[in-house]
Amino acid sequence: MRITCPLCGPRDRREFTYYGAEDYLHRPAPDAAPEAWDAYLHLRDNPAGITRDLWYHETGCTAWLLVTRNTVTHEILEVALVAGRSAPKPARGRRAAP
Amino acid sequence: MPDLIAKPPLAGRAALTLAGVTLAMADPGQITSVAPLKGQDKALAKALKVLGLSFPAPNQVSSKGDVRLVWTGRDQAFLIGAEPRGLDGLAALADQSDGWAALRLDGPGAGDVLARLYPLDLRAAAFPVGRVARAPFNHMSSILMRPGPDRFEILVFRSMARTAWHEAGAAMRALAARAALG
Repeated sequence: MRITCPLCGPRDRREFTYYGAEDYLHRPAPDAAPEAWDAYLHLRDNPAGITRDLWYHETGCTAWLLVTRNTVTHEILEVALVAGRSAPKPARGRRAAP
Repeated sequence: MPDLIAKPPLAGRAALTLAGVTLAMADPGQITSVAPLKGQDKALAKALKVLGLSFPAPNQVSSKGDVRLVWTGRDQAFLIGAEPRGLDGLAALADQSDGWAALRLDGPGAGDVLARLYPLDLRAAAFPVGRVARAPFNHMSSILMRPGPDRFEILVFRSMARTAWHEAGAAMRALAARAALG
């Protein structure tokens, strides 16, 4: 598996460290409902298909990356710098606990 | 202030030549990390111009004589071989001179030695002269530079100097052994 770092180019995935789901980028506002914080901290999807998660280019440029990949085919569909993305909206009531 | 004696990593280690490749410690001189401050890009470019340099694009180096500005990460470059004169207030500066050990590999087989250590395509077409990469030297974080067609320079954390020397030496011995088999 190879991940194309937007800065360094295509690299072996062993250069990267997996951190977790993209959800970590959507921190709720401090006054958000407890359900939003519960979802942010604990609730994760486990899709068979396309998913987005955070990787760290540890032995390369040390940039944080947002990787879109397919868990079924192992395709890497998109890699973007976390730093370059536009400021996210705080997830106020996003995906409340079931 | 006590009188401190600057000591290079692996001081006094003799160069190692095997399979037509020479491994030696290099003295890069002063190393300063330069991270542009927000909104200072233009002013920094001006100040760098005075030094004959420009802020390098990813995987590139800007150089003038022995002075180099080497890309080392997102919005970060290392100024090697000169004092960061005139950059105060334009970039976050940190003296890293003591933090790194520099190794140099010279010879037509230098790329073959490093091919055993780096998961990169180091052929001239993919990694031409002047290219820089942040990449793992076996398992160590490193900065790999190619100042000439048969010359590579590697910066590793100073604490890794002996390991890096050992790893490079092992790769050279393996290459020499294979060459001896004919």
